[in-house]
Amino acid sequence: MKKQAIINVKNLVARYGDDLILKDISFDVFEGEILVVLGSSGCGKSTLLRHMIGLDRPFSGNIMIEGEDITSSDDSHFNALKKIGVLFQSSALFGSMTVAENIALPIQEYSGLSKSSIANLVRMKLCMVNLDGYENYLPSEISGGMKKRAGLARALALNPKILFLDEPTAGLDPVSSAEIDELILLINKSIGATIVIVTHALDSILNIAQRIIMLDKKTKSIIAEGDPRYLKDNSQNVSVRQFFNRKAKSRI
Amino acid sequence: MMKSEQLSSRFYEISEKEKGKISILLKGKIDIKNSAHILKKLTPAIKGNSLSSLVIDLGEVDYLDDFGALVLLEIKHLVAEQKAKFNVVNVKDNIKEILSLVNFESHEYFVPLKKYKPPNILVDLGETAIQHTDNIRFFISFLGSVILSFIHVCIHPKDLRINDTITYMKKTGVDALPIVALISFLLGLVMAFMSSLQLQQFGANIYVASLVSIAMVSELGPIMTAIVVAGRSGSAFAAEIGSMKISEEIDALFTMGFNPTIFLAVPRIIACIIVVPLLTLFSDVFAISGGLLVGVFMLDLSTTSYINQTIKTLTLFEVMWGMGKSFVFAAIVAWIGCLRGFQTRGGADSVGNAATSAVVSSIFLIILFDSIFAVLRSFW
Repeated sequence: MKKQAIINVKNLVARYGDDLILKDISFDVFEGEILVVLGSSGCGKSTLLRHMIGLDRPFSGNIMIEGEDITSSDDSHFNALKKIGVLFQSSALFGSMTVAENIALPIQEYSGLSKSSIANLVRMKLCMVNLDGYENYLPSEISGGMKKRAGLARALALNPKILFLDEPTAGLDPVSSAEIDELILLINKSIGATIVIVTHALDSILNIAQRIIMLDKKTKSIIAEGDPRYLKDNSQNVSVRQFFNRKAKSRI
Repeated sequence: MMKSEQLSSRFYEISEKEKGKISILLKGKIDIKNSAHILKKLTPAIKGNSLSSLVIDLGEVDYLDDFGALVLLEIKHLVAEQKAKFNVVNVKDNIKEILSLVNFESHEYFVPLKKYKPPNILVDLGETAIQHTDNIRFFISFLGSVILSFIHVCIHPKDLRINDTITYMKKTGVDALPIVALISFLLGLVMAFMSSLQLQQFGANIYVASLVSIAMVSELGPIMTAIVVAGRSGSAFAAEIGSMKISEEIDALFTMGFNPTIFLAVPRIIACIIVVPLLTLFSDVFAISGGLLVGVFMLDLSTTSYINQTIKTLTLFEVMWGMGKSFVFAAIVAWIGCLRGFQTRGGADSVGNAATSAVVSSIFLIILFDSIFAVLRSFW
């Protein structure tokens, strides 16, 4: 049984000024899956992500989240944003608020729960990411891996249907990375969130990705799509195999 | 209260089979959309009873997320308050997983968190004192470092970043010219108008020209210009250097063997002390032309007599005095801007604080030094 698509990207063209970043990209994200967008540095992974969460407007093409076109009108754009949670590359926690306040912010705005309930909920969220006890710390007082986890808890604040993670394990030690990976799998399984990850951490990709989309810098489009464990050895494309097997490009 | 009576909705059913023994059947999906509603409805029903036990049946719940877990948790707490027994039954596997994820059983949720305790007043006082000493030490060491860098640049002019200096000259000087000109023009206009109200009574209209030119050239011109530059450029210096500081760019400069003071502070200070006196000169000219406008159109003075009177009043000393002051003010504004930038520590808000305190300290120091100059002049 084929799962239902929750995000459709159709003929997306992305440009910054005169620079063409993505040329005519189309793909679907299916409900409940973990999709990893990967590719070499500068191939437009983050650009694709920024377009999918509506931060940048496409040059042409459409992006639909649950049937709502986020590229057209402002209203449906705003509705669609309520269904997504985003973990930014640098966590983007608000530096002037404590960890708990950071997570409570969206909950206060949208849930209608009482203050003490929100406090408990925040503690639950922090418990989920293994960060209980750090409620009253400022983001500047916790480590990089903890910031990522706090950012993840904030992205999860409203239990979004779709979770976008931009380089969730970049700059973390292997143990913390593995913890984050485990957390991602757990969230996917227990809450059933669809997760779109942008990363080039190979271990993570092979551990958690159910499907990958690989972008290429030269053609500015998708060069591979499918199960990473299969593509690793069986892809027809040399650069895909090089990526998965950590081979340098031959300098000729 | 509700013996055998049932309270129910799409999401829950409450029944009380025996006095004090309540069972709640939750149904469907308990998530962000209905958790607040369910809590609001269930809380009074539980609170109003003398409970002996409460059972929550999750048999008909298909899905429950942490908002749902919160509902269970709050109920558990209410029940515990009445010292009654609490039980959750018919928990499906997927729900068990969520509950274990948030440590539903073991975690002490209602224990208040350790609050940050403010230290006692003595500790506070001591810390503030230490902070101020550090601040003053940095103040002096930065002043020293700037002076040393200047000496270094004088000996090795090649080390001065000429291109940067020219850019800052443009930013602080040329770009500020319109606003300085406008403010000075209006100030001259207002001053001429206000003084004419008094001087007219004595038929001393012509002295409006003297008053405007003396006041602007030796006092208000330098001060106004310096304050505008402090607001425009001093704050910009602090913000630029501050954000470089927090993003470790200054550390990068240091490791590459550059002296951050020579690299960042000296070009800005040189640019300022070159262009601010020139700006002051412009400010004087525009202020006098503002006064001229009032003199000619409202006081029936001729352009020639107004200008003659101005030239008669102004001596070269007066002009040089004003320029000299604005030279000092420029050095203060640029120095404070860079100092506050280098002092920045922490996150985005500290960059804002640096910019604010750059403007506040420069305005204070400008006024302070102006008074010192006034005292000096009275002993001349």
